[in-house]
Amino acid sequence: MTQNSLGESAVQKAVQSQQVNNGVLASATQTQPLWLLAEITYRCPLHCAFCYNPTDYDKHTQNELSTEQWIQTLRDARKLGAIQLGISGGEPLLRDDIEDIVIEAKKLGYYSNLITSGVGLTEKRIQAFKEGGLDHIQLSMHDITEEINNFITNTKTFELKKKVAAMIKNHGYPMVLNVVIHRYNIGHMKEILEMAEALGADYIELANTQYYGWSLVNRSQLMPTKEQVEEAERITNAHRANTNSKMKIFFVVPDYFAERPKKCMNGWGEVFMIVTANGDVLPCHSARVLPNMKFPNVKDSDLGWTWKDSPAFNQYRGDAWMKEPCRSCSEKANDLGGCRCQSFLLTGDAEAADPVCTKSPHRHLIGQAIEDAKNPQLQAQPIVFRNDKNSKKIIDGEFQERLTEFHALP
Amino acid sequence: MSDNIQHSDVYAIAPHHRFQWEEAQQCYVILFPEGMVKLNGGAGEVLKRVNGSASVAEIIADIKATFPDVANIEADIMGMFELALGKQWLVKR
Repeated sequence: MTQNSLGESAVQKAVQSQQVNNGVLASATQTQPLWLLAEITYRCPLHCAFCYNPTDYDKHTQNELSTEQWIQTLRDARKLGAIQLGISGGEPLLRDDIEDIVIEAKKLGYYSNLITSGVGLTEKRIQAFKEGGLDHIQLSMHDITEEINNFITNTKTFELKKKVAAMIKNHGYPMVLNVVIHRYNIGHMKEILEMAEALGADYIELANTQYYGWSLVNRSQLMPTKEQVEEAERITNAHRANTNSKMKIFFVVPDYFAERPKKCMNGWGEVFMIVTANGDVLPCHSARVLPNMKFPNVKDSDLGWTWKDSPAFNQYRGDAWMKEPCRSCSEKANDLGGCRCQSFLLTGDAEAADPVCTKSPHRHLIGQAIEDAKNPQLQAQPIVFRNDKNSKKIIDGEFQERLTEFHALP
Repeated sequence: MSDNIQHSDVYAIAPHHRFQWEEAQQCYVILFPEGMVKLNGGAGEVLKRVNGSASVAEIIADIKATFPDVANIEADIMGMFELALGKQWLVKR
């Protein structure tokens, strides 16, 4: 699972510009789940240190939705207006029914996107996806060096990724690359962009790590310095300016180094709906970390009720829930107070202003995190890779010393 | 008349883009990797006639015939072609 849709993607911008005309940014009557993300399995052959999947995902690997349940979910969501479908995970290719899901998505009129590490993509499968009507494939790449790719994913997948990139191109798919940026690859920005050009990428998303799930556990090991982020952005802008390339580059700014928070998911219950491997329906990837919330499940709740009327989807819609300093803030419509999960994970209060905001009374927590990432002792702690063994350990209460500074894990 | 777009030009929807009517939104949309744009009525009328065989002149004539009372419609249509080409939603045949 990559980190693309946590940031402001093009779909969000397009939708946002539409909504300006409405005058009401977060009216519960005008929301539509345009983007459906199917986190179809949490099983994954990669063990990326920056994965934002839940650290307790091991609970959700034995109770996945069936093919029929996914198809029904696709139908129900389409009726509500869903149009962009992301098939993600974990690694979606670990399921053998992606072909059936793709065919149904095409029949229903979705624009479908397989978000994959490439592990498990074969000529036979990609042929079936093409025939079934899959619209594009987003491939995660990790670095230009075999060493860093294999280190950060805790696997030997470097050569395979290059082969898969060529396969995607050969089948006439647009080449959409997603590279999660962290301390280990941020110094290779120029080379990463050159690699993308050489692979014939049409789009590349440089997604600076955001700290949820596994990446929060490993925050001190992953976070680059402010200077490194600025240099990375400078190189990206120079690449845009100096080449005649048609490759579109999205640089997702890391919020810890910003002054204002991101408008997370373009607003709670505004345009995004996520259905997890076991059928929970969420307004954002991380929402299950929030306390005292019950998220509906497609197995027992009507999807229309879930989106429009369920308490969970209405909890943070609009701005009526806000406390100070957000409530009276002149900029509140720009970011809707940021990310509820980040507020809770870092302050213990889901309704607090996102601590990334310089107006937040908790901004010092972000300053501390940036300082901690420079602390050689914390840097030297081993990375907790995302794998079943570590997930079980976290469920059993291990790694407490890594987690006590946060309030809500797992 | 635009410098770039000629009446004799023929356009098609660009590869990796899809143009379709959305019942739930009651509008046409253009879809592409990582994004979608909702189109207003006029833009939808132009793009739904772009099929890889009709020329710009034929599309203008057809829209004029459909909306005979709209003044200065040709300029709007050309503006839409320029926008769509600029956004790389269309390719020239």
